Order: sequence, then structure tokens, then C-alpha cells
Amino acid sequence: MSHPSPLSPLALLARLGQMVLGALGAVGRVAIFGLSTFSHMVRPPYYPREVLNALLQVGWLSLPVVGLTAIFTGGALALQIYAGGARFNAEAVVPQIVAIGMVRELGPVLVGLMIAARVTSSIAAEIATMKVTEQIDALVTLSTHPMKYLVAPRVLAALLTVPVLVGVGDIIGIMGGYVVATQNLGFNPAAYLKNTVDFLEARDIISSLVKGAAFGTIAATMGCYYGMQSGRGAQGVGRATKGSVEAAAVLILAANFVLTGVFFSL
Amino acid sequence: MIRLENVHKAFGDNKVLQGMTLEIPKGSSMVIIGGSGTGKSVALKSILGLIKPDSGEILVDGKPADSGDRDAFLARFGMLFQGAALFDSLPVWQNVAFRLLRGSLKRPVEEAREIAIEKLRRVGLKADVADRLPAELSGGMQKRVGLARAIAAEPEIIFFDEPTTGLDPIMSGVINDLIREIVVEMGATAMTITHDMTSVRAIADNVAMLHAGVIQWTGPVAEMDQSGDPYMEQFIHGRAEGPIEAVR
Repeated sequence: MSHPSPLSPLALLARLGQMVLGALGAVGRVAIFGLSTFSHMVRPPYYPREVLNALLQVGWLSLPVVGLTAIFTGGALALQIYAGGARFNAEAVVPQIVAIGMVRELGPVLVGLMIAARVTSSIAAEIATMKVTEQIDALVTLSTHPMKYLVAPRVLAALLTVPVLVGVGDIIGIMGGYVVATQNLGFNPAAYLKNTVDFLEARDIISSLVKGAAFGTIAATMGCYYGMQSGRGAQGVGRATKGSVEAAAVLILAANFVLTGVFFSL
Repeated sequence: MIRLENVHKAFGDNKVLQGMTLEIPKGSSMVIIGGSGTGKSVALKSILGLIKPDSGEILVDGKPADSGDRDAFLARFGMLFQGAALFDSLPVWQNVAFRLLRGSLKRPVEEAREIAIEKLRRVGLKADVADRLPAELSGGMQKRVGLARAIAAEPEIIFFDEPTTGLDPIMSGVINDLIREIVVEMGATAMTITHDMTSVRAIADNVAMLHAGVIQWTGPVAEMDQSGDPYMEQFIHGRAEGPIEAVR
């Protein structure tokens, strides 16, 4: 039987179909992995020491990078808004736009991406290395379920700590804008703070924290998923790490779009 | 007793086990030999349920390995992995006492630590190793820690996956002697996979030769040299010529 030319419409359609089916299969596998993670999270046995360790790794040790990212972003945002606003005599809106920009968008997204870079990669590399060196098999032979011992604590820790990191990032970002505005742009400190507080609504803050929880869950789940699916050898670990960060970053940005729509388009 | 009956396992087009049948009597030490990639590790992992066979039956004391309480089933086993598979983030004593610090065999921390130190002594390591991290130990010491972990909960069945790979001849001899002593002392059923004929002679009661996914020969270690089986003869003497292709 002769095969159609690779450039024929039928062959292109077949390749497109394969890609779509492949993508749907991947979505299904990640969804099953996520559901399994939550199922293991709520069922005993629990590993509180592993959860505490993950809280430390994901939350506490991410504070410096989150703080530095937020303060520079807040400062740059203030400068941009001042310069842009000056084109139509709207320099005075710096406090309001910095606050809304940091809390609604930049705070959650930048913290999410920083967590993807720092935590997702670290989780994927660690679990992938454990898989390659048979430590995952060893866990099973020691009657310990890897999903409970390795995955559930990390995802739970990210779910709990990333909203806190986003909250801290929002505050530090606003403070970055405050410092630049009051020290370089001649804003009155008290008026700046009052404008910031008066302008923010509860919905802004809630959306920020919900986004943090969603992005943290995505980041940790992707790290664990790619780590557990890792291939053999150093190349397998490298691919798992790279894939996890790419997937986490794209999913965080996609989730941000969806959540922004849910909170602010209704 | 462990029994594998006509076990098949393939990974894609690669048929690894093609009807493996083997019996390991209770309290005996079986060593499976065979070239790289012949399915020795797959057979061992299939018994533990780490790999699911495509077909065939695996029985442990007459019951299917994949039935009943999984934790209770695994609690009967100890395993020494090829690279020791120690948990990098935990100190040595917590690696050894891992099973004793959680799950159905959980003990108070102090008691678990004491047992870990006693097991470390049993494999020839001093107590001061207990608080070190696995990465601070040599390959031979890591293997001994892995052995201590395998025996920590006094299992009925112990698996050894290439226990002497990567070790110098003296350390290999030490590990072989330890395995033999411990298996005899505990009265455990042991299953070892190796390429190392010195290990075979030191550890085995019975030997099985696995090639092309099936057991080519099995019998007592004392009869191994007079087996008359061409696969065994080629493997024992390390010849390039014979029924086993040198290039695989």
C-alpha cells in the first residue's frame, strides 16, 4: 500500500490530529496526577516533617528572591507611570497604578514565575535524580508511597506559602514604588500611602492571594510531575527540569489570564 | 517460597521476560546470573510489584504477590539496591531506620536510632557514621548502609541487586561475606542478581541462569561447574564464543 506524501493535505491532517491527541493525552495525565496528589494530601498517613521541610524550602527560602523582584519591579513601575502619565498630565496617579498593578497583576505573576524558576526546577531535579538513582523504588520497598511522601507535602506547602509570598511581594512592590516616588519624584509620603490604601479594594487583594494559591499549586505540581516522569540518566534529569519550568511558566500565565477574567470581567 | 510461573514482560518491542519460571525455596539463597539487559532486575522488581508483568503468575508463600495488603506484603521484604539508593537528605541512621520511623513498624525515635546503630555495627560500620550524610561515605560504606537498611526490620525475604558492582575485590569480598552471614543468621530467603562469579560462589545455595527472557539452567551451586549447559559454561568461563552473543 502506498503512503501519502508527507506534504499532502491528508498527511498534514494526520500529523495535526496526532499533535492534538498527544496534547490531550498530556493534559489528561497531568489532570490525573493532580487529582491523585490531592487525594493523597487528604488521606493518611501524613508526613508532617516533610511538609515542614517543604514549607521552609518553598516559602521561607524564596523570600529573598521574591522581595528583590518585587522591590525593583515596584520602583520601575513608579518611574514608568510617572513618565508615561506626564504625557497627559496624569503624574499624580502613580500611587494608585502602582498599587493596582502590583496587587492585581505583577505581584502574583512575578512571584509565580520566580517560584517556577526556583522551586519547580528544584523539585523536578530532586525527584528526577531520586528516580534515576532508584530512591523512588527504595521508598516503595520501604512501604512508603512516593506520592504521599514526596509529592503531596511539596504541593501542599506551595499551596499554603505562595499566597503569603504574593502578599509579601505586593507589599514590598508597593514600598518600592513608594520609595522611588517619594525620594525621586517629589511625592508626599503620607498622601502616597493614603492614595494607595484608599484605592485598593478587597477584590484586588483576594484575587492576588487566590492567584498565588493557584500559581503555587501549578508550580509544585509541574515540578513533581516532570520529576516523577523523568527518563534515565543526566539527560533525563535535565529534560525533566527544563520541561517542568516551561510547563509551569506557561500554565501560570494561562491561569493568570483565566483568573483575571473571572475576577475582573464579571 | 517464591515462585515465578511463565512470567512475561516487554517494554515496547523489547521482550525482556519471555516465560520465566523459577522457584526459590524458603530459607535458601538463590543467585540469578545472566548478561546485562537479560531481565534480572525486571524479574526482581516484578516480585516486589515495582514493575507489573504482562502475564504469568508470581506467588509468595502460595499467594499471588499482587493481592492482599500491600504494606504487609512489602514489610516482609528488604532490598539492597545496586547503587544503595540511600536518601541523600537524611542522615545515615535515618536511612537505616526509615521503616522503623514511620508506618506500621513505627518505633519511638530513640529505639529506632539504637536499632539503626546496632545494624550499622552488624555490617561493620562504627556508630560515628550514624549522623553523617550518605554523600560523605565511600561506595563500599554506602553499600553497607544499604545492607543495614535492608535488614533493619528483620525481613523474611531479602533481595540484593548487584551487591558488589563498582566495589574493589576486597570490599566485594567483605560484602559477599556479610550477605552470606546475615542470610544464614536471619534464616531469610535471599535472592541476588549479579554478574560476579565470586559473589555467586560466596552467596548462593542455588543458581539460575537467565538468558533471552527464560531460565536456561538452575541447580545447586555445587553442580554449577558440571552443569553441561552451554549458556552456563560460557558465562562461568567468560568466553566470547558460545550461544550467548558477545555483541547484544
